[in-house]
Amino acid sequence: MSWAIENYDLLAIALGEHIVLVATALAISLVIAFPLGIWTARRPALYVAAMTATGILYTIPALALFALLIPFMGLGKAPAITALVLYSLLILVRNIAIGIREVPAELIEAADGMGYGKGRRLIRIELPLALPVIVAGIRITAVTQIAVATVAAYINAGGLGDIIFQGIAQDFGEKIAAGAVLTSLLAIAADESLKHVERRLRAATSERI
Amino acid sequence: MLGDILAWLADHPQAFETAAGRHLALSGAALTAAMALALPLALVLVRWHRTAGSVIAAVNVLRTIPSLALLAAALPLLGTGFLPAVIALTLYGLPAILINTHTALREVDADVVEAGLGQGMTDRQVMRRIRIPLALPVIFAGIRTAAVQIVSAATLAAFIGGGGLGELITAGMGTLNIAELVLGGVAVAALAVATELTFAGLEWSVRRSTGAAA
Repeated sequence: MSWAIENYDLLAIALGEHIVLVATALAISLVIAFPLGIWTARRPALYVAAMTATGILYTIPALALFALLIPFMGLGKAPAITALVLYSLLILVRNIAIGIREVPAELIEAADGMGYGKGRRLIRIELPLALPVIVAGIRITAVTQIAVATVAAYINAGGLGDIIFQGIAQDFGEKIAAGAVLTSLLAIAADESLKHVERRLRAATSERI
Repeated sequence: MLGDILAWLADHPQAFETAAGRHLALSGAALTAAMALALPLALVLVRWHRTAGSVIAAVNVLRTIPSLALLAAALPLLGTGFLPAVIALTLYGLPAILINTHTALREVDADVVEAGLGQGMTDRQVMRRIRIPLALPVIFAGIRTAAVQIVSAATLAAFIGGGGLGELITAGMGTLNIAELVLGGVAVAALAVATELTFAGLEWSVRRSTGAAA
C-alpha cells in the first residue's frame, strides 16, 4: 500500500486522464450513434447491415484495432479515442434503435392522430420513452470503454493503463494492483450510478404511460 | 502496404506459425479450463440457493476487472509464461459461462419442472432430462461470449511473456516494423471474428436441435 499512498498524486492524474479519455470517446460515440440508431430503427434491412458492420468492429480485440489504426493515425489520444468510439457503436446503435422500436404502436398512432410531424413525434414521444433503454446502452458502453482504455496506454494515450504497464515493465506488483483496482472501481462506479439513473428513468416513464 | 506484409510473412513463416499456434493453445486451454470450472459450479449453485447469491456477486466483481489488469496481476503472483497467462484468461472467461449457465438452469419453466417431479423423476433426473436440455442454448451463448473474450484477451498475453499473436504487435511496435504490426492486428482480428462465427454456428445448431425436440 505504501507506494500507492506516497504516489496518490500520480494515481489521481492517471485517473483524471482515464475519465477524460472515456468521456470524450463516449460523447463522440453518442453524436454518431444517435443519427444511426434513429435512421435504422424502423428500417430492418439497414438495421441488420448496421449490426453486422458494428458487430465486426466490436469483435476485433483492442490491441489489434490499435495496431490497425497506427499506420493511419500514429500514436496518442486520437487513435485511442477512435478505437473506443468504433467499439461503442454496436451497443449504442442497437439500444437506441430498439428503444425507439419498442415504443407502443398506439402511442405512435395517437401522436400521428394529433397531427405530430415525424420530427416532433421523435423528440416528444419516441426518444423520451426510449431513454431508459438508451441509458442502459450508455452504461454498458461506459464500462466497456473504461476497460479498453487501459490498453490504450500502450499507444501513449495515458490513463490508468500507464500505471499497469509501468508495473509490468518494473515487475512491481503494487503498481499493477493500484492501476487494476482503480480501473475496476471506476467501472463499478460508472455501472452503479448509471443503473441508478436507468431505474429512475424507468419509474418516471412507466408513470407517464 | 500489402506487399510489405506478404514479404514479411514470406521471410518469417516460422515466427507467424509459432505465434498463431501459441494463441490457439492459450485460448483453447483457457476456454477448456473455464468450462471445466464454471459448468459444474453452476450445477451445484442451482441447488445451493444461499451460497449462489454471494458467489454470483463475487463473479460480477471479477467481471469488472479489465483483461489487461487480470493478465498483469498474474505477473507478480505467478510469474511469466504460458501457465500464468492461461490462469488469467480462465478467470476472464469464467463469469460469462457461470452466469449464463446458472441463470438458464434456474429459469427453466417451473411448470415443466413440476411436471417432471409429478411423473416421479428424482432431482437428478429433472436436472439431466429437463433443466440441462432446455438451458442448453443459453449455456452455449455463454460459452460463445467466453470464447471470443478469451481469444481477444489472449492478445495481451504478449505483455507477460505468454506469447501468441499479440507478440507480432508488440514486436512490430518495438522495432517500428509496420508490416509485422499490421499483420499481427489483421491476424488477431480475423481469429476473433472466426471464433465468433464458429461458435455462433454451433449455438445455432444447438438451438435448432433443442427447438426441434421441444
